[in-house]
Amino acid sequence: MARLIGQKLLTLVPVLLAVSLLTYLLLNLLPGDPALLVLGPESVSAESIAAVRAELGLDRPLPVRYLAWLGAAATGDLGRSYITQQEVTGAILDRLPVTLELMVLSLTIALVLAIPLGVFSAYRAGSRFDKLVTGTTFGLLALPNFIFALLLIFFLSVRLGLFPATGWQPLSDGLVENLQSAFLPALALSVTNIAVFTRLLRTDMITTLQEDHVTLARSKGLPTWRILFRHALRPSSFSLLTVAGLQVGTLLSATVIVETIFALPGVGRLLFDAINSRDLLMVQGVVLVLAVSFVLVNFVVDLLYTFLDPRIRSGAARVRA
Amino acid sequence: MSIAAELPVPPATPDPVDPLLEVRDLHTWFDTPRGMVRAVDGVSFTLRRGASIGIVGESGSGKTVLSRSIMNLLPKKAAVPASGEVLFEGRDLRPMSSKQMRSYWGPQMAMVFQDPMTSLNGVVKIGRQITEGLRQHLDLSRQDADAEAVRLLTSVGIPAPERRLGEYPHQLSGGMRQRVTIAIALACGPKLLMADEPTTALDVTVQAQILDLLARQQAERSMGMVLVTHDLGVVANRTDDIAVMYAGQIVEKASTRTLFRRMRHPYTEALMRCIPRVENPSHTRLDAIPGRPPDLAALPVGCRFAPRCRYAQPECLAENPPLFSDEPGHEYRCFFPVGTSAGAEALERNERAGSTAAGTTMDLLTKASA
Amino acid sequence: MSAPDDAAVPVAPNRTGALVGADAERAGPSGTAAAELQAGTQTGVTPLTPDPPAGRRKRGKGVVYWFCLGWLALVVLAAIAANWLPLPDPNAIDIINKTAPPFSEGHLLGTDGLGRDILSRLAYGARVSLVISVAAVAVGIIVGGTLGMVVGYFRGRLETAVMAVIDVILAFPGLVLLLALVAFVGQSLLAITVVIGFLSIPVYTRVARAATLAVSQREYVLAAGLMGGKTTRILFREIMPNVILPVAAFGLIALGVVIVLEGSLAFLGLSVEAPAATWGSMIAEGKRHLDDAIHIALIPSVVMFLTVLSLNLVGDVLRSRFDVREANL
Repeated sequence: MARLIGQKLLTLVPVLLAVSLLTYLLLNLLPGDPALLVLGPESVSAESIAAVRAELGLDRPLPVRYLAWLGAAATGDLGRSYITQQEVTGAILDRLPVTLELMVLSLTIALVLAIPLGVFSAYRAGSRFDKLVTGTTFGLLALPNFIFALLLIFFLSVRLGLFPATGWQPLSDGLVENLQSAFLPALALSVTNIAVFTRLLRTDMITTLQEDHVTLARSKGLPTWRILFRHALRPSSFSLLTVAGLQVGTLLSATVIVETIFALPGVGRLLFDAINSRDLLMVQGVVLVLAVSFVLVNFVVDLLYTFLDPRIRSGAARVRA
Repeated sequence: MSIAAELPVPPATPDPVDPLLEVRDLHTWFDTPRGMVRAVDGVSFTLRRGASIGIVGESGSGKTVLSRSIMNLLPKKAAVPASGEVLFEGRDLRPMSSKQMRSYWGPQMAMVFQDPMTSLNGVVKIGRQITEGLRQHLDLSRQDADAEAVRLLTSVGIPAPERRLGEYPHQLSGGMRQRVTIAIALACGPKLLMADEPTTALDVTVQAQILDLLARQQAERSMGMVLVTHDLGVVANRTDDIAVMYAGQIVEKASTRTLFRRMRHPYTEALMRCIPRVENPSHTRLDAIPGRPPDLAALPVGCRFAPRCRYAQPECLAENPPLFSDEPGHEYRCFFPVGTSAGAEALERNERAGSTAAGTTMDLLTKASA
Repeated sequence: MSAPDDAAVPVAPNRTGALVGADAERAGPSGTAAAELQAGTQTGVTPLTPDPPAGRRKRGKGVVYWFCLGWLALVVLAAIAANWLPLPDPNAIDIINKTAPPFSEGHLLGTDGLGRDILSRLAYGARVSLVISVAAVAVGIIVGGTLGMVVGYFRGRLETAVMAVIDVILAFPGLVLLLALVAFVGQSLLAITVVIGFLSIPVYTRVARAATLAVSQREYVLAAGLMGGKTTRILFREIMPNVILPVAAFGLIALGVVIVLEGSLAFLGLSVEAPAATWGSMIAEGKRHLDDAIHIALIPSVVMFLTVLSLNLVGDVLRSRFDVREANL
């Protein structure tokens, strides 16, 4: 077990290095003077450009610059924004809790809805309920989350006044207030995942329900809910877990939009602001952090998978979905 | 074992007026795009308490559908409103909902499936797969259920049963897995055990062990048992009666002794030749009979075996023979039975003509059976 | 599966999707629960299509399918013919008639917050959506498809290297990378197209590689190689025809993805610069009028939704025909 984790950890290192390299290269090989980008389009005095060039070490070759940046990044120093004068790392850490809470909440919403929907539409495949679920989720897949967010604001906030349209109440203001401000954005974030998870689970469950072990479970005289949730759901949930991990990438992207729409102080909003002010270092830092988190999440999912599936745990051969 | 009485009911002297299971003219049809698939097409048999019957047939003869129909495990909605009755202790199971069936599944009737690798849930511990039925039906506490599971595993010959409870199916060998599914089936002391090809997926070396285990458990617990197999050799000395199935129908049914001594149906005769001898111990194959069983969606008017039958006569093509009987308990579906003068004449006629009435060359049929 | 015996028989009920489906519909609330447990499992297992059983259902699906095709045709026509249609200038500000509701005089679908004609802006916005999505997908298909085909055919170290780079690109949350790049590359139609196209290369590389791997082991391709066929000939004559269909079917769904991406960019104000009309920027503009003129946001939203839905549905129908196995990706 430990050896398995060790092996997986070893493969993680080159991926993380490659991600950092790509982040650095993409934003440093762009057309235009990096110093200008760093400074932003407004301030163009010759001295400041020279100062920035010196500080960025732009006279040094690219590999050296990258290694220096990587070294600093490894110690948690992502530089200081020339525009807001903030420490990039600090700014990200300040905003991270909001984004994390949103993502966890949104994944929870998606799973809480998708598991029963997927299980029951598979159980009643072909029924009116199933067709409704299948059709609705197909529609949800075509619904961009910014449109869904606007619909939510319009109906639940403007019309019914149930939730605030924008703004964030930190947890320190009270759990209810916090959840009230987080609910709409989390729901808006979850729209695609509800559809993806439901459809995936439905397909997997339909296959599982056809398997002999389900018939055997029936022939023991177990109640239906027990067959569905104890016997069929578990083998069906492994690919759900994998996809949930992959969906974190979509989710990270969507936070930029949703946090902007709902004016939430999260990392996504930080990235949006940084992009608008052409804050190169901040953008670079945020992109790196998001990409690394995505890689790490999938790494953890991979490990979880190993823990949860007894067939893999003991090293038995198994084809992964 | 808490339920299974230790009352020795000798299979030889059962109570004839009180059958455990009575299948009457059972039909299970499926409406498919290819047409109506008549998987089970008028099957009747009776199983006495504590007795056993073997149902033998090759692939596509409908025996798996039959066993699941009896268990009422088939997707009810998939089958066409079917006629026939499955009387379990005198009550018809067919119209019962799954909810009603739940009180039967487990304590009354249980099933052993073909492949233990797929019929055991790979992500649930063996202990729980055994105890969940016990706890559901017998209302045992967790400790009692575990203890019972250990006893069950011991009785099916699994070493170190306590340890097995915490293991997963893939940690066991194929034979051990099938022992576990047998333990699961026996858990609530069923009166009827349905075994659907319980050894097909197993190594040849463990097949006999599993069959002996089933026979022993059946005798000890005086359960009724239906053993479904494609191998006549499997049921030869393990069941009281044998029913031979072909294309959805029982073509011959008799006590095992009678069947082996005085088989009447040409198909049974052909199956006999397929029983592997010591000199030919490889996995039994029935395709030694030339040709294939008919498409259950497009059955012929006449005898369903006629195209592969050495005895086939024009009448065989015109009409599907009804069940004949020339001694009590022995029924067969043939106009020209083996071992009768009619049969001998038919065979002789075909040999002279070089082909059967169905147009099959005799050479083909005799060569294969030689 | 090790269930050779009786295989033919269980298959029969398994194929009765139509019947099972229809029956399950009629089923009572709970009565025969567990029987349907399995009955339910019989229906088709197409992942993305709502599986319509035979006969009656097929026609129902046909209607939706043709409606979607019709809608796509309408969008394409509107985008192409926007100049010649009797529409007001999309940027003409009719300040008196601002936030006019649909069916107003001279403004069929009303006007936005600045009094610009919504219908006209939709048509011109369709242009942006269409140009960007088609061009980006084309870049992805041509570059990514070729790359995938080449590495899938030659294998070896090249394949390992290319797939490693691809995996790294895919390790980034897509929109995050897109936003970062667009911000610094620029907001012209060309820049946005190039960036989206670049970012979609990895996906096509995977699809094309998977398809190539499957095809190149087929006998006629092997035979062509053994008979000394020229490599380029084998690639383009034998392999490409088999790869292009799954890739193209995938591309149709990708069009929808790109439209949403562009919409997201536009919504954030990072797509083509104002005042050029795009669906996303129209929705963003409408956000300000949620409480007084919902149609400003709603109409372009519906248009975008329908377009993406149609692309998904049509793409899905085609994809199920070409059977691109996602497992191979």
